[in-house]
Amino acid sequence: MRNRFDEQLFELNKKIIEMGAMCEEAIASAAKALTTGDVVLAGKVKADSNAIDQMEREIESCCMKLLLHQQPVARDLRLISAALKMITDMERIGDQAEDIAEIVTFLNGHTMEGMEVIGDMARETIQMVTSSVDAFVKKDVTLAEEVITRDDVVDDYFSRVKHGIINLITENSADGEFALDLLMISKYFERIGDHATNIAEWVIYSVTGTRKEV
Amino acid sequence: MSNIISVKDMCLWYGEHQALKNINIEIPKKSITAFIGPSGCGKSTFLKTLNRMNDLIPNVKITGDIRYEDTDIFSPKVDVNHLRKEIGMVFQKPNPFPMSIYDNVAYGPRTHGITNKIQLDEIVEFALRDAAIWNEVKDRLKKNALGLSGGQQQRLCIARALAVQPKMLLMDEPTSALDPISTSRIEELVMELKEKYTIVMVTHNMQQAVRVSDYTAFFLLGELVEFEKTDNIFSQPQDKRTEDYITGRFG
Repeated sequence: MRNRFDEQLFELNKKIIEMGAMCEEAIASAAKALTTGDVVLAGKVKADSNAIDQMEREIESCCMKLLLHQQPVARDLRLISAALKMITDMERIGDQAEDIAEIVTFLNGHTMEGMEVIGDMARETIQMVTSSVDAFVKKDVTLAEEVITRDDVVDDYFSRVKHGIINLITENSADGEFALDLLMISKYFERIGDHATNIAEWVIYSVTGTRKEV
Repeated sequence: MSNIISVKDMCLWYGEHQALKNINIEIPKKSITAFIGPSGCGKSTFLKTLNRMNDLIPNVKITGDIRYEDTDIFSPKVDVNHLRKEIGMVFQKPNPFPMSIYDNVAYGPRTHGITNKIQLDEIVEFALRDAAIWNEVKDRLKKNALGLSGGQQQRLCIARALAVQPKMLLMDEPTSALDPISTSRIEELVMELKEKYTIVMVTHNMQQAVRVSDYTAFFLLGELVEFEKTDNIFSQPQDKRTEDYITGRFG
């Protein structure tokens, strides 16, 4: 009985890793489309996001089945309940990548000159998502804690982007709409960082059984 | 919460074989404690020690200290019959006496000298009500108890244990011989009983321990490995052996 359960948990693990990889790819594509202005690539992110939604459903049903069939306790229960929470964050990451890509299609060839910091912010958030999924795979509490710390770096980037946008509007008020689009994009990246932080917190819970104090 | 049972450094031998090793535990009053562990781990032995049922087995040697409400249960001053009246027992297989439902419940009070019919009637009704079986049997109290279903028989046995007004009930796998509906009735009953009584229950059904008990004690090879609040044991066990057992990695 335990062997079968172990196999099912292994499958669940594999699916979560796969969903994590899908999220990384969606954000990377959105970020690349943003920096290169590649509208076709931006259009592809919508499909990525739909696939992520589909994966969320699959993992959800896998978890429900395990709860029903195996009535897990202790670390098994923590793993499955953490998985159920983590996939919600992953699904949101997919949505936000899609939102970013959608804005890219409206930018009409505006260049990111002077706003390279958004690219840095994108790289940092992608790294956070990658590390949070890695921490899950390796059950690595230290790596998960690093992700949580890095959220401050992303928040700093967000402040810098805001200042950049203020300058942009001051210098050319006709670019107001573009400035607002950039603000939205950077806010989405900032939210992706928050979701990666949540994932890292669930990894810590799954391994140690304790939740970070609010 | 104050404790009803306090055990210190208790060991038990069956002849040469040591069945319990240095048990230390405090059982809180008016709570449900589940004893879990693989077969032969000593949990039933320990349960039966609490009301000195093990006295009946030859070659048993017990050391250490067991206190029931601050009284050493092995003190020569302790009347074993009185101890067993205070700490009742319910077994795995329902074992009603081959007599009427009424006489089953009245048996204990009668052996303790109660003969007054009105008083006995009151006790029988109170015990059957507390065991959540009164409504099912009130019209057939004179019928033979062996005609009841397994689940009803088990509740009758609980009523029989309650009739002598114990403070504590020891239950050795009380639902393992019952169907799921009877099991759930007994589980509900046990949860109601903790308002008035302290319950200690041996169970092989892990989900039952999770559903019903406030505290769980995990026994392995005669040792008490972990004793904790049930929610903690089943979400965050501290000992790897507990974790391995409850997650089905051995046992």
